[in-house]
Amino acid sequence: MTGFFAVIGRDLRLGLRQGGDLLTLVLFFVIVGVLMPFAVGPDKTLLARLAPAIVWVAALLAQLLSHDRLFRTDFEDGSLVLFRHAALPLEAIVAAKLIAHWLLTCLPLIVATPVLALVLGMDGPAFRLAALSLVLGTPALAGFGAIGAAVTVGLKRGGLVAPVLVLPLSLPVLIFGTGAFDVARLGGSSQALLLLAALSLLSMVLAPFAAALALKISGE
Amino acid sequence: MADTHAKTVEPGWFTRIAHPGMFMGWSRHVIVPLIVITTLAFAVGLFYAFYGSPADYQMGDTVRMMYVHVPSAWLSQFCYAIMFCSAIGTLVWRHPMADVSQKAAAPLGAAFTALALFTGSMWGRPTWGTFWEWDGRMTSTLVLLFIYLGLIALWRAFDDQLKAARIVAVITLVGAINIPVIKFSVDWWQTLHQPASVFRLDGPTVDSSILIPLLVMTLAFSLLFLTLHLVRMRTEITRRRIRSLEIAQARAAGDAA
Repeated sequence: MTGFFAVIGRDLRLGLRQGGDLLTLVLFFVIVGVLMPFAVGPDKTLLARLAPAIVWVAALLAQLLSHDRLFRTDFEDGSLVLFRHAALPLEAIVAAKLIAHWLLTCLPLIVATPVLALVLGMDGPAFRLAALSLVLGTPALAGFGAIGAAVTVGLKRGGLVAPVLVLPLSLPVLIFGTGAFDVARLGGSSQALLLLAALSLLSMVLAPFAAALALKISGE
Repeated sequence: MADTHAKTVEPGWFTRIAHPGMFMGWSRHVIVPLIVITTLAFAVGLFYAFYGSPADYQMGDTVRMMYVHVPSAWLSQFCYAIMFCSAIGTLVWRHPMADVSQKAAAPLGAAFTALALFTGSMWGRPTWGTFWEWDGRMTSTLVLLFIYLGLIALWRAFDDQLKAARIVAVITLVGAINIPVIKFSVDWWQTLHQPASVFRLDGPTVDSSILIPLLVMTLAFSLLFLTLHLVRMRTEITRRRIRSLEIAQARAAGDAA
């Protein structure tokens, strides 16, 4: 268990020391959200209706950009080879890295959501729902992203293939994430949030195994 | 001597037909009969589809689109099942034929999925009044097409085909777990397409005058898939042999120089 926490601590320290990356990611998230009103027009009521979708698409795109850093540096500097021969199973190491990755890339996005909520004219309840759905849904995005990153880690030109693989797989996350805002839906938003949480739990459990398997194959 | 001889296990029939050399041997004799049977099935099926079956009382002659649409939609999912089984073969037994079968099936699946979407939108225009509707089944079929195309892109991104097979197998298995989730989420999101009407517990709701041609066409399409899959597998094996021969030749030339 100490090894598990050591990996989380290592990744957090590495991420925070080069904080520029994280700030850029948050900046990207905010810019994508701010760009939408320019495309849609400054209609306040329309923007308020589209706001959940805009926040979710911005989060999805920001997440896609961040996945490549999950295993790439470890693969290139050889840490991954050491991880494979560690006493801790590779699956556990991937799970630890996934938790650190979520803390480093998803949490800042959720913290930055109020800015988008303000700009897009979301009211209080809608903002709280947006933050809650992001908290529940982003682990699933990180899980699918980890699989995509592990699969393409050995490829020099893997940068474009991973999003193409990950985006269709993360469609349910988007549907349930924005479905929480659909008041007309039977069962209300709690159903969507519960399904979202189920998806996150499932992908956080299964993703380390799939990603570790892909990493083992890539490392051979 | 006799003792060691008794210990060697005779390979089972599946091991023998799945050996690449044996496969090239027996599949050569299977392909021509398969092509003949496929052509016959298409001849019978198309005759029924165009002349032997009645027009629908509501949709008129456009109902004949169904004889292409339903079989290709069925194959779009059947092909993923083939890839799923091959992916397990690749990961568990590391069988080269499973790799080849996986690689051969992906473009076929993409083609049949695209065909199902195309005929569906052609059929949807006169009956629903729109080429495209954000309905549950159509959307999940579109996502399935994207998954197929993503898998093909992944195959092409690798130089080392042995490694590619196992990496693609991981994604194929993840997709197999996720496709039901995608299907459920999309159905939950929106539904317009008619519910399943052929395979039901209380028997089909389609009249036999339409059902029989439909089943014949489904058989014909499945045979077509089988034929194309076998031919593609043979092509892939030949391509790999040529590649290894080229490498050997280049090595020999390097040694001589």
